[in-house]
Amino acid sequence: MKKVYKDATSALEGALFDGMTIAAGGFGLCGIPELLIAAIRDAGTKDLTIASNNAGVDGFGLGQLLATRQVKKMISSYVGENAEFMRQYLSGELELEFNPQGTLAERMRAGGAGIPGFYTATGVGTVIAEGKDHKDFNGRTYILETGIVADLSIVKAWKADPSGNLVFRKTARNFNAPAATCGKICVAEVEEIVPLGSLDPDKIHLPGIYVHRLIAGAHEKRIENRTTRKKETV
Amino acid sequence: MPWDRDQMAARAAEELQDGWYVNLGIGIPTLVANYIPKGVEVTLQSENGMLGMGPFPYEGEEDPDLINAGKQTITELPQTAYFDSAQSFAMIRGGKIAMAILGGMEVSETGDLANWMIPGKLVKGMGGAMDLVAGVGRVVVVMDHTSKHGESKVLKACTLPLTGKGVVNRIITNLGVLDVVPGGLKIVQLADGVTEADLRAATEATIVG
Repeated sequence: MKKVYKDATSALEGALFDGMTIAAGGFGLCGIPELLIAAIRDAGTKDLTIASNNAGVDGFGLGQLLATRQVKKMISSYVGENAEFMRQYLSGELELEFNPQGTLAERMRAGGAGIPGFYTATGVGTVIAEGKDHKDFNGRTYILETGIVADLSIVKAWKADPSGNLVFRKTARNFNAPAATCGKICVAEVEEIVPLGSLDPDKIHLPGIYVHRLIAGAHEKRIENRTTRKKETV
Repeated sequence: MPWDRDQMAARAAEELQDGWYVNLGIGIPTLVANYIPKGVEVTLQSENGMLGMGPFPYEGEEDPDLINAGKQTITELPQTAYFDSAQSFAMIRGGKIAMAILGGMEVSETGDLANWMIPGKLVKGMGGAMDLVAGVGRVVVVMDHTSKHGESKVLKACTLPLTGKGVVNRIITNLGVLDVVPGGLKIVQLADGVTEADLRAATEATIVG
């Protein structure tokens, strides 16, 4: 069992096909699998359906796959930072399925956990609920949402060991863990692959059973909204 | 003089109770963190996967792996915990968050909230707002009472697509504080220098009591 590949292109070999569904980790530009996204751009795979909380920004993250018109449909909760996305959507070139953020996260978690559907109160009485099964439990109305099982998951973590055990860092964990679990194949990119035995088994965030292929590489880690405060002078 | 943004945020901060876990939305709600009363300890949740959100970092100390739900760089606190998005919304949906303070475009007299979409104009998405209003213990909306054109945003029925139906408990505007009660809205407080007549004139919704 060898999970470690030399680069993103080799790690994706045989895993890409036109019309496929991809689940991607990341929140905004934080914790996005930037190396794998770039490799999918280079591979030219098209008609993609991508489940990802956001769609990157123009020229970075998933925004790159929008620029090359490789994306047929996005399943996202927030796409406000991307002018090209807006243009393609408003002109009808791009399909968009808005999911509430928690519903999207749970759809991935459920898909990975073998749960085909779940009821949630999120979105009841809104456009999100239209056409969905409604059911009352203990006097409250819920709607049926379905689990997502993707052909491929692409995620980013901080560290991994060669068996695919992952450790995330701070808020870069976000959608990476649920996205990793819902793919038939999961490829993870990390900043560092450390030797077996050097990660504390009690501090593994995502067990290697979910991770099929692994690469390490340098990440740009672009900041979307840099906010700071001045040091108080004493 | 109606309240300004900071005064609205300060008034919203009075809603917080010691020991609560709270989620603050983007915009004026973010400012609420600056006005948490002394002796009140609240833990701020950021729905991208963090409890115990700290202030902005000092210049040069920004960490691209540490942002809030508005994608702003932030810092951690001694009590901070990180988790993934599924767990984040499990605690929201599961009712563990005592209160969300959110911005609004429109609120109705039955507590409907619209704050995520203007058809044909604004296609951004609801983010975590639908999950928050459906899941947290109490929803407080902070917004201007009227639009730039002077039209009421406190309505009998929302005209924009809803974020949640019957979910708002309290509205804090530049003109005062209103509660959603059976039959309509009840005036709780008037902003400094605002008369009840001013507030009623700026409100399309039914005011009861």
